[in-house]
Amino acid sequence: MNHPSPVPPNITRQAEPARPAIRIRDLTKRFGGLTAVDDVSVEIKHGEFFMIVGPSGCGKTTLLRILAGLENVSSGTIEIETPHSQRPVNSMIFQGDSIFPWMTVWNNAAYGLKMRGAATATIKEVVGHYLERTGLTRFAGYYPHQLSGGMRQRVSIARAFANDPEILLMDEPFSALDAQNKLLLQEELLRIWEEHKKTVVFITHSVDEAVLLGDRIMVMTAQPGKVKALVEVPLPRPRDVMELQKTPAYGELIHRIWSSLRDEVQRARQQEATKDIES
Amino acid sequence: MSVQTISSQSDAAPRMSARSRDMLLNIASPLLLLSVWEVCARFGFIDTRFFPAPSSIITTMMGMLSSGELVTHTVVSLERLAYGTVLGSIPALVLGIAMGLNRPIRAVFDPLIAATYPVPKSAILPLALLIFGLGEGSKVFMVAIGVFFPVAINTTTGVREINRIYLDVGQNFKASRWNTFWTIALPGALPVIMTGFKLGIGIGLVLIAVAEMVGAKSGLGYLIWSAWSTFAVEQMYVGLFVIALIGFLLTVALNELERVIIPWKAE
Repeated sequence: MNHPSPVPPNITRQAEPARPAIRIRDLTKRFGGLTAVDDVSVEIKHGEFFMIVGPSGCGKTTLLRILAGLENVSSGTIEIETPHSQRPVNSMIFQGDSIFPWMTVWNNAAYGLKMRGAATATIKEVVGHYLERTGLTRFAGYYPHQLSGGMRQRVSIARAFANDPEILLMDEPFSALDAQNKLLLQEELLRIWEEHKKTVVFITHSVDEAVLLGDRIMVMTAQPGKVKALVEVPLPRPRDVMELQKTPAYGELIHRIWSSLRDEVQRARQQEATKDIES
Repeated sequence: MSVQTISSQSDAAPRMSARSRDMLLNIASPLLLLSVWEVCARFGFIDTRFFPAPSSIITTMMGMLSSGELVTHTVVSLERLAYGTVLGSIPALVLGIAMGLNRPIRAVFDPLIAATYPVPKSAILPLALLIFGLGEGSKVFMVAIGVFFPVAINTTTGVREINRIYLDVGQNFKASRWNTFWTIALPGALPVIMTGFKLGIGIGLVLIAVAEMVGAKSGLGYLIWSAWSTFAVEQMYVGLFVIALIGFLLTVALNELERVIIPWKAE
């Protein structure tokens, strides 16, 4: 099978077309009378680490689920460039525990490859590689209940990367972790991502995380979710999460995004409050 | 300022661990009951026509064992139980998983199961005898009916209670229908299905005893029933004891099986 090796030559990257990896046009999603995503248009470049921040309930998870093919759109279009026909379009890293409790770490990480019938040798090589990158080699035969929350989320990361998709979708993957684990996993994620620089769409409600990881940040409004601002993050890569936090550019970006987000968070809180009174 | 010392005395040298004490009590309680029974029977405090002394029951059991009679009846009952369990649980698993995964199928079968489930299974015995005759068929059918309901109901519940996120993962990683079944629905529901099995086999054991009392010439149920008609009370107790023993051993075996096939279940 001509599955791409874990470290493909750089030539493929240079030959990439100049068209965007993902083109979202006039996307709207309604659930009954409630508009979750309202007329969102954005283009995401190949190899871009694209962050979406917004207050809770702003429809960012819905947007990601639409990209993942788990929800239908009400109107508008999404185009995802797929230059490699044998690759799956996307793999998602879910929020919270999503690895199967009944499979070992190895079988969890191999799930995507197994589902598309990859050759045994390929599975062995690719899964072995990503378990090593996530520091899980020693735990390949463990079941999830024997692992800590941080390690379980590493398995989820390995599973998505091992599937070798065109785009990676991440739905607040670190929100359930404690501060130390979060920092470690952010660093690890960046290290693994640097290998191939795949297109990433990453959702978070943490402004720090958005700036630390992203190339560009889309700020969404409170419900109904619209695009409020698109902010470039001109920080150099590879990034050192710890060092970055000391630079003035980092602080300035945090400030800019916060000031754009603050009103929306307030609005979301008022919406929550009225909902509570109504119900 | 004073420092309070927490004494480790009480923890230092326990005379016996809680676990071994439990085990001792577990063994002692039935032995004590049997001794009291034996004493009461010997001294005539209880009517030995109905409650023969344990020692005489054991003597009867030894005789039945050496004649091969007891083994024959036990094996026949176990065979019926095994066939019935297989025949009842396979359709129950298929239907349960289909109902769990598919809403229209659930809508069709839910009322049928809800209506037939509360019928006492032993009340179906005459019908089973009419349809399947006095042979093996009616006995196996009774066990199958007993096993079917708890397995089907638990399988449906087990599948429906699988966290939605696992099905999303399956969809995101393009698992086929077949793979969704084998890699998500079945293993995800397995712990709840196992509980259904344990229940079902317990009911099956009750029903096989009842079914063998009517229109059978072999099996433990027949053994108990024929002991009644010949007033061989010791023999009756032997039959009851063996059924109790089977029930106990099956529970132990199923718990062990559960540990082996569900290794991910947290201890």
